[in-house]
Amino acid sequence: MTELLEVDNLGKRFGGFVALDSISLAVPAGERLGLIGPNGSGKSTLVNCICGTLRNEQGSVRFDGRPIDGLSAHQRTHLGLSRSFQLPRPFVSLSLIDNVRIPLLYTVAARSSGRSAQDIEARCADLLREVGLDGKAQRLPRDLTQVEMRKLELARAMAAEPKLLIADEAMAGLTHSEIGDILALLVRLNEQGVTVILIEHIMSAVMSFSRRLVVLVSGRKIADGRPEEVMRDPEVERAYLG
Amino acid sequence: MIFSFDLLINAIISGILIGGFYAAMASGVSLSFGILDIVNIAHPAFIILGSYIAYIVNTDLGVDPILTSIVMIPAFYALGAGIYQIYYVSFEKRGQESLRGLAFFFGLLFITEVTLVLYFGVDYRDVDAAYIGPTLHFGYVEIPLRILVPFLVSLLMIACLQLLLTRTFIGRAVMAVAQDQLALRLMAVDPVRIKRIAFGVSIATASLAGAFLIIIQPVEPSVGRDYIGRIFAICVLGGMGSLPGTVIAAMLIGVVESLTSTFYGPSWAPAVSFGFLLLTLAVRPAGLLGR
Amino acid sequence: MRTVPFLLISLVVGGAVFAAAMAAGNDYVFFAGYVVLQYVVLSTAWNILGGYCGYVNFGTGAFFALGAYSTVAIYKLIDTNELPHLVPIPLLMLVGGVVSGAIGFGMGYLTLRLRGAFFSIATLALAVVLETLVVNWDYVGGSRGAYILRPENAPLIGSYIRYLFLIMLLLAVGALTIARLIERSRLGYGFATIRDDELAAEASGVPTLRLKLIATTISGALMGMAGAPFPYYIGYLQPDSTFALDYAVNSIAMPLIGGTSSWVGPLIGAVLLDSLQQIITVTISSAVNLLLVGVLLVAFVIVAPNGIVGLIRKYLPHKGDDFVGRRRVGLAAPGAAPAAGPSSAPESPS
Repeated sequence: MTELLEVDNLGKRFGGFVALDSISLAVPAGERLGLIGPNGSGKSTLVNCICGTLRNEQGSVRFDGRPIDGLSAHQRTHLGLSRSFQLPRPFVSLSLIDNVRIPLLYTVAARSSGRSAQDIEARCADLLREVGLDGKAQRLPRDLTQVEMRKLELARAMAAEPKLLIADEAMAGLTHSEIGDILALLVRLNEQGVTVILIEHIMSAVMSFSRRLVVLVSGRKIADGRPEEVMRDPEVERAYLG
Repeated sequence: MIFSFDLLINAIISGILIGGFYAAMASGVSLSFGILDIVNIAHPAFIILGSYIAYIVNTDLGVDPILTSIVMIPAFYALGAGIYQIYYVSFEKRGQESLRGLAFFFGLLFITEVTLVLYFGVDYRDVDAAYIGPTLHFGYVEIPLRILVPFLVSLLMIACLQLLLTRTFIGRAVMAVAQDQLALRLMAVDPVRIKRIAFGVSIATASLAGAFLIIIQPVEPSVGRDYIGRIFAICVLGGMGSLPGTVIAAMLIGVVESLTSTFYGPSWAPAVSFGFLLLTLAVRPAGLLGR
Repeated sequence: MRTVPFLLISLVVGGAVFAAAMAAGNDYVFFAGYVVLQYVVLSTAWNILGGYCGYVNFGTGAFFALGAYSTVAIYKLIDTNELPHLVPIPLLMLVGGVVSGAIGFGMGYLTLRLRGAFFSIATLALAVVLETLVVNWDYVGGSRGAYILRPENAPLIGSYIRYLFLIMLLLAVGALTIARLIERSRLGYGFATIRDDELAAEASGVPTLRLKLIATTISGALMGMAGAPFPYYIGYLQPDSTFALDYAVNSIAMPLIGGTSSWVGPLIGAVLLDSLQQIITVTISSAVNLLLVGVLLVAFVIVAPNGIVGLIRKYLPHKGDDFVGRRRVGLAAPGAAPAAGPSSAPESPS
């Protein structure tokens, strides 16, 4: 069975600095993968390389059975890879509802024609409702709080109707119940068939959501397995506690 | 096209010498664009301003243009700092430097140029100095002093700049602000102040470059436009912010221009630097010694 | 309001403008009006790439000149005063448009992968390279320039300048319609995301390079079309005045002063600024005129970054929304009123 995402010996440097060192990873379809690691360990860089925002010098990435190494970011999104940004990057001159409309117009429409304008409009409203932002549909991103911007990021990533969704620190700053809401949302997505990679610092969320856990430290993968086992791993303990 | 060896040698030497002067002009942009990421396309206008100031003082008081330009450094620095402050408050802070910031500098270019036209007219102006006129002869090699002197002072100026950037705290803060503003803030250094200082220095170089320009050739207000492309071509080719790179790139462009002009005619020369620029951007945007 | 009714209304308005000009009984109105209309086209064209996508093109003069020199080249090729009857101006405009559009595409292909700042510098470089090529190309007159003989009259309309005015009027209506259509279509959304955050746009599935190439091609083509009739207007074409940076500063100042977020901005900017310039050139001097452009540009960009349209929207939030076709909310600078416009679905997906 081919995995949905295969990362093979991926390496990335910035000048003399090695951000990622031979990372290999296999994610089967339907997985709930948690990706954790201290700040600066390379999690977002890994996401950027997988999604095509950055070019890796070394190694390769396969998605859905095909190599995607030369493809641009938008092409990878069309194939079914979607991500939210750790620092939200909303389209500042567009309203919230128009922000989530973009992936529908450009990604979903590229895969299949025949979505009427009303369908798209309804879908946009649904997406905002799922993250609790439907009340502010016509507002601009600059009117949002940091937390609301993260929710918008997630909604926009979901709008691309991905096979694999990478949520990069979507829960930072959320209250306990808001975290619960987002987790429930991600679980629902997963049950509908979307593979999810959750990058988070909030350990309770990661532990309850993930069926598998990967730990990145200083650009290297130091653990990959069931959450309970990974957390007992002495090297992981050392990375987090001292 | 008559190919002769002494023409070739002279073309190359004159190219290198002019290249030194080009480097002085481009060093300011190397700072503002290469390091600070500010697309100041009005830089040539400030150079021309420097030329005209040198001209006035030379004509009325007989003072050497290079001396004048050195005296004017504080004024140009203040001008640069002031302009950066406006730029920062109006554009950088609001995140609009790409469109409106660019248009701002474009507007400044025009305002400066046209004001000079209104004040001085479109006649060519030049200056008088002891080294304008005599030419050194080494066999068949001819080196006009009016090109050699700016060349030497340019290199001196750039050496000082490089020392400033690498050896002083302020200089290193400038290099740092290009890389990581947050880290700088955490060290209790205000990035805005550092950028203001750096931009001030950038415009200060224009004072000297202006003096060099009017020594080398007669100047009229629209001459600056010819240099916009050269300056940015040199900056990009030289690796965006690397002063040594700027010097090498400047001399390279100087030599190629000189050869083109000598063997194909001067009307093709403007296309050289711009052609270089397009080529560099298409092939290797990081430049020769890129970061 | 959908595009077809808009186009019809605009044609009617254009017709009224033409009739008013005829009634003035003085050909000077046509000469002056031609220039205003030309700048409406140039500003609108510039804004498609600059205002909508956020990529600043300094080479307006080059694209304009390419259109003009295409006409000269064809003129020399056919070498007869019968040219306008053999190759009518609309056809020349088509050629000019194709040439400029192709160069726009080519230049975009080379430089649009880079950051916006490099693209802008490259456009400057291109303008100079093209000018150098033309100056050295004796076939079209080189640095000596080229003479084009303008016919005395056009059938039905009267003096030839009236015919030129009419053509430019139709081109202006066309350009404005195209700009408005883009704004209301999926393409307009895509352009906005490129301007706002290109990285996020790519991640959302927007093919940014393709869209940018579309913008540069359309923009270049329109500029070339505006330039094609110019030799007939001016009679004597010289490289340095045709390629001049003056075209660049005007085509940048007019949309920025008028407002870059909508097709209305370049129209307002062109009409106001060019009329002002013509008055000043005649009453004071052409140098003061350029100074004025520079000052206004800097002033507006600092004080009123959303231009005249932005100011109107601030104080009269929903005026004319339907005609303007405004769909998206929001303006570029903070402090402007975030009036919520109707967020309806885009017109025909393009």
